[in-house]
Amino acid sequence: MSHLITLPILVPMLTGLVMLLPPINTSRTRQRLFAGASLIVQLVLAMALINQATQTPWSFYAMGDWQAPFGIMLMLDRMNALLVMLTSILAFATFLYASAGEDNEGAYFQPLFQFQLMGIQGAFLTGDVFNLFVFFEVLLIASYALLMHGGTKQRTRAGLHYVTLNLVGSALFLFALGILYGTLGTLNMVDMAAKVQHLPEDTAPLVAAGGLLLLVVFGLKAALLPLHFWLPQSYSAAAAPVAALFAIMTKVGLYAIIRIFSLVFGEHAGELAQLAQAWLWPLALLTIAAGILGVLSSQDLRRLVAHLVVISVGSLLAVTSIGNAQALAAVLYYTLHSTLISAALFLLVDMIANQRGKAGSRVVAARPVAQPLALGACFMVAGLSIAGMPPFSGFVGKVMLMQTMPSAGWMLGFWPLALLSGLATLVIFSRAGSTLFWRVHGQATETQGSPKAHWFGMGLLLSASLVLTLWAAELTAYTQVAAQHLMQVDTLIQTLLPLHVPGDLTP
Amino acid sequence: MLLSALLILPLLGVLVPLWAHQYGRTRCAWATAAAPALALLILFLNLPGIADGQVLASRATWIPALGLEWHVRLDGLAWLFALLILGIGLLVILYARYYLSEKDSMARFYSYLMLFMLAMLGVVLSGNLIQLWMFWELTSISSFLLISFWWHKSEARRGARMALTITGAGGLFLLAGFLMLGQVVGSYDLDQVLAQGDLIREHAWYPAILICVLLGAFTKSAQFPFHFWLPHAMAAPTPVSAYLHSATMVKAGIFLLARMYPALAGTELWFVIVSSVGMATLLVGGYFALYKHDLKGLLAYSTVSHLGLITLLLGLDTQLAAIAAVFHIINHATFKASLFMAAGIIDHECGTRDMRYLNGLWRYMPHTAALAMVAAAAMAGVPLLNGFLSKEMFFAETLQQELLGGLSWLIPALATLAGVFSVAYSARFIHDVFFNGEPIGLDRTPHEPPRYMKIPVEILVALCLLVGILPSFTVDGLLRMASGAVLATELPTYNLSIWHGFNFPLLMSVIALIGGITLYSQRKRLFLFHSRFERFDASETFERQMQKFLAWAVSLQAKVDNQSFQRYLFALLSLALLMAATPLLDLYHLEGGRELHPLDGVSLMGFVLLAVGSVATVIWHQQRLVSLLMLSVVGLVVSVAFARFSAPDLALTQLAVEVVTVILLMLALFFLPQKSHPDSSPSRLVRDLGLAAVFGGIIGSISYALMTRPLDSISHFFLENSKSGGGGTNAVNVILVDFRGFDTLGEITVLGIAALGIYKLLLRLRLYMPASDGEGRAWAVERHPRMLATLSQSLLPLALLVSVYIFLRGHNLPGGGFIAGLVTAVAMILQYVAHGVDWLQPRLQHLKYQRMIAWGVLISTMTGMASWLFDRPFLTSWFDYLHWPLVGKFEIASAIAFDLGVYLTVVGATLLILANLGKMTTVARPQRQAEE
Repeated sequence: MSHLITLPILVPMLTGLVMLLPPINTSRTRQRLFAGASLIVQLVLAMALINQATQTPWSFYAMGDWQAPFGIMLMLDRMNALLVMLTSILAFATFLYASAGEDNEGAYFQPLFQFQLMGIQGAFLTGDVFNLFVFFEVLLIASYALLMHGGTKQRTRAGLHYVTLNLVGSALFLFALGILYGTLGTLNMVDMAAKVQHLPEDTAPLVAAGGLLLLVVFGLKAALLPLHFWLPQSYSAAAAPVAALFAIMTKVGLYAIIRIFSLVFGEHAGELAQLAQAWLWPLALLTIAAGILGVLSSQDLRRLVAHLVVISVGSLLAVTSIGNAQALAAVLYYTLHSTLISAALFLLVDMIANQRGKAGSRVVAARPVAQPLALGACFMVAGLSIAGMPPFSGFVGKVMLMQTMPSAGWMLGFWPLALLSGLATLVIFSRAGSTLFWRVHGQATETQGSPKAHWFGMGLLLSASLVLTLWAAELTAYTQVAAQHLMQVDTLIQTLLPLHVPGDLTP
Repeated sequence: MLLSALLILPLLGVLVPLWAHQYGRTRCAWATAAAPALALLILFLNLPGIADGQVLASRATWIPALGLEWHVRLDGLAWLFALLILGIGLLVILYARYYLSEKDSMARFYSYLMLFMLAMLGVVLSGNLIQLWMFWELTSISSFLLISFWWHKSEARRGARMALTITGAGGLFLLAGFLMLGQVVGSYDLDQVLAQGDLIREHAWYPAILICVLLGAFTKSAQFPFHFWLPHAMAAPTPVSAYLHSATMVKAGIFLLARMYPALAGTELWFVIVSSVGMATLLVGGYFALYKHDLKGLLAYSTVSHLGLITLLLGLDTQLAAIAAVFHIINHATFKASLFMAAGIIDHECGTRDMRYLNGLWRYMPHTAALAMVAAAAMAGVPLLNGFLSKEMFFAETLQQELLGGLSWLIPALATLAGVFSVAYSARFIHDVFFNGEPIGLDRTPHEPPRYMKIPVEILVALCLLVGILPSFTVDGLLRMASGAVLATELPTYNLSIWHGFNFPLLMSVIALIGGITLYSQRKRLFLFHSRFERFDASETFERQMQKFLAWAVSLQAKVDNQSFQRYLFALLSLALLMAATPLLDLYHLEGGRELHPLDGVSLMGFVLLAVGSVATVIWHQQRLVSLLMLSVVGLVVSVAFARFSAPDLALTQLAVEVVTVILLMLALFFLPQKSHPDSSPSRLVRDLGLAAVFGGIIGSISYALMTRPLDSISHFFLENSKSGGGGTNAVNVILVDFRGFDTLGEITVLGIAALGIYKLLLRLRLYMPASDGEGRAWAVERHPRMLATLSQSLLPLALLVSVYIFLRGHNLPGGGFIAGLVTAVAMILQYVAHGVDWLQPRLQHLKYQRMIAWGVLISTMTGMASWLFDRPFLTSWFDYLHWPLVGKFEIASAIAFDLGVYLTVVGATLLILANLGKMTTVARPQRQAEE
């Protein structure tokens, strides 16, 4: 039998563990080589997963041979195969960047990096809500350790806020799981979906309470207003490669929202159909607004990029709340774009800050950078891309998001914010760019440019802005089918639980 | 494919100068010109078809999901614009070769210019709305680069930013308009959109669509009140101005109006908005052009004015007006490009563009002067020049209007007034610069520019004359082609002759000419009058307003996000509260159908203790040690509760965890201030108390509701299968190591990571031993009491034995790797406490906790992977019963190996944290050496 689905979780885990043991742990070079090799393996695995997902709509893997709904199940479909791929690409690029020396600014960077990946991939692949909780813990604890990497006072403070909020989030997660298990009597997501369809009348509100608590938890991860405050703080404080890797973390929250609220509480959920919509839609719109305000008020590039992440999260969640196949297809495409480009921006800003000397990433007139042409061009491409300007990926993504609005009412809510956010980004980038690259005096303090590894890592991510446009037809074809599969809840239930009889509550 | 080359060639052209500049400036210019020249050739190859009224197209699929198709579409209007873009573009390339100084990077300039040309061609040749928009935004971006070409100048940066902001904002409106159009029509294909005019005009969204599209067009074409960015875009090098503000950038908006004419025009709304905006722009531009001392400033405002004129024509409700608009597009492009180039020559040769210093240049550069004068005359609308013809048509059309009912005479009257302005500023351009005395304070003697710099101007001026004198030979065919595409119907008859007899339009022209000359002669008074207004600089004002706005954003952001953790937490809990509570409103009965157990004394006591412990923890939170003790009471009661409700495993685990946690917290408290900050304000207190109480109430209600309802869950499966399938009678342990072993694997990884993370944090920490405790008492002299040392030492083997026992019996009876690990860890910690680090360090130097964690998790994982050898899924368990002599029958299960991993991880992680935290102030303080 094929164990492929487990490997994106186990490979980074084993890599991290082996790096803690001799002979790998004693040499930085050996660690880098080992981690690099492992990341390449992970890329190959991700490709294999995509290949498998395009052949079968759903594949399942019963841990310990305990069949669903009793044991823990991993589940693969087009959506999470794509996200596993996205994570692997992002990880490879940030690893390259970090290998120029950032990994040496504190202990255990490389192992923690791998554990972080294990947590993320596990959260994507699991089909069991309690197991999802476990992987949330793995990625939380690893991200906390990474956040403090190369620690400054600011970093430690941001880290404290981050970890405490997330611990409260974990507690709420447990409440939610308790409520859901106490009503549905199962933890398998697909089984939950089957159970939710036929709830007794006096239990449904309890299930709704549990479901909405889950929305709070995932919303905290995704940085939904008013739970988004931790994001600008910690992302702007984190070391650049860490911040870049974190670009996928909000997407874990987004993914969990899509997964749970399309599968368990989606169109097929009877009384609880589209449970999240009434909350998610207004809050997501407010998130965009908060992000716009943040972008306009940023006087530091790192913070600017962090607020851009908030905007993209808001846009994604707003469209997610529509909940139909067209919307989710657009969301998946935009996720690719926003993850890769915001990660590229975090790295790019770091390169700029390193070359500017004391002024760092603050938007003030200062000395010029050592490589003005190359950095300026990249800054412009990244800015245009994140602002949603053609011909870069943001344009395709944003237009696609805008097209998904089902009626004039939705349009009136989303379009002005989507367009305003683009304009605000454009204005702020043009101002920041002209200050950084044009309002300069004196000579560059750093005569040397950024290390090659930085260029490779950042360039790899930034190239996505063109690649995603040029291959947009293929990618959107993929995401469309992925989204259609997400809608086929009944088929999924019948595939996994052929014994399931509609209306029957016994497992 | 040949059509697509029209766009592919300039795209390649973007790269050419970057490569060619190494071969010298002239060669670079020629190489750059190759792509547009070739494109122009292709354009002419397609002329016969277009002249027959065909619409040529080249299509390819691109992103179907977006409705975006690669569609190059060439009709009469597109052909005309492509001709202007390529033709004038070529002239600008030639001109720029001599205009740019040695210091300017030619490669960069040409590259930007070609990018811009590509964008413009894309706009006019797009047959798909989304594609059109793509190129539309590209014009904004590339013009940003061109305007800021001299980026060291602050006015260039500001001008570029302002242009980008205004046109970018308009572009976003345009996108909204296009998307709505696409939804209404069901396609973004231009052919389909243009064919569905009636459908669009009758749709409820029509006003919204129209306003969005018009905002896009007006911002781009600098229509009032968005006109202010254009004059400041003059900070660009003059070739850029000549290109952007004659034939291209600003004409994009006009082009859009003409392009969408069949789909959007023809309603009252269109005519009212377009004509009034056009009229306002016409007058405002003309008026301000009078007062500009800067040559390029004058030309900029005159451009605004002429753009207003074209817009007005497109807004007048007759077909002839549309034809006149197209005609004026052609004429304005030719005379304005040549005027900008002439202004550039003057600037180049004199070092200034200020008309207060530039006088009498006729003597120094007669050739250039003659050219500029002809072009300016065309701008003024002097007979025998092209400007006269289109202006005459314009005047004629204004007379046909009935838009304003009884006040319709206002339209021709205002048009004539605009004509007066136009003549006056043209007269000023000619008279001030070339006559009117001697130049003042120039640092050089002006002379004619290089030969080749004049050629583009000569060509354009020749065209002005040719069109003006022989319109039907030169321009008629082109005009018919383009107008046909705008109107999308049969063209009405019109006559392009230069003499129509004595009529009203001629009278208006005469009034404009005489009035303009008169106005110019009275300029001194006029300037005096104008100087009484407050000086207004759009660029400064815009920048100031922008900064004010951004400062407001900063202060608002500071209010929204005050970086206070309390606020974050409040938001999180409030939202959770709201979302969990709302569904409960739909619950009819909180209590479910299950029968309640009677309340017994033990439970009640536990409940009271739990509540008292919790409240006491909060009350004494300022005295941290007391608070910690109260917290441990809570933990203890929870453990007891587990035992009471038949979960001895959980009780044991909880107990061990409590012990370790309390020790950990004591250690941490040792380094922390003994007392916390003073209390929050009373209002805060009430708020937080309220939130906590309500939250507790809600969670309590939900729990009550859940517990009183019957539940059918998967747990019976675990009870039934734990012995037969998992080989253990202790279902809790079988769940941990078998049914849900994967969760356990994840959790021990979490524990390991946490230990590594804390260790990582400790490595950076510099802590000092507090001199005394909170009350000021010094530490005991005897740090390691002999009694404790002896006792703990003898306890160690016992404790280890207990953990082995607990570990082994785990599968069937309460116990297991996790508890055993904690017991071992506690015993070890006791050694640290009793003996101190100095004593223990040499004895434990081979025990590396980090490796212990790694091995622990590895063992568990590899146990899981071992099942792959038997072609079973990860973590599939195996067990069997063996008979050994003396020992008897006993069970051997793969779960033991898994549990061993758990044990090692727990010991390693706990000790990595505790031992190192304890060592912080000793010489054995954790220090970083290659990851160990």
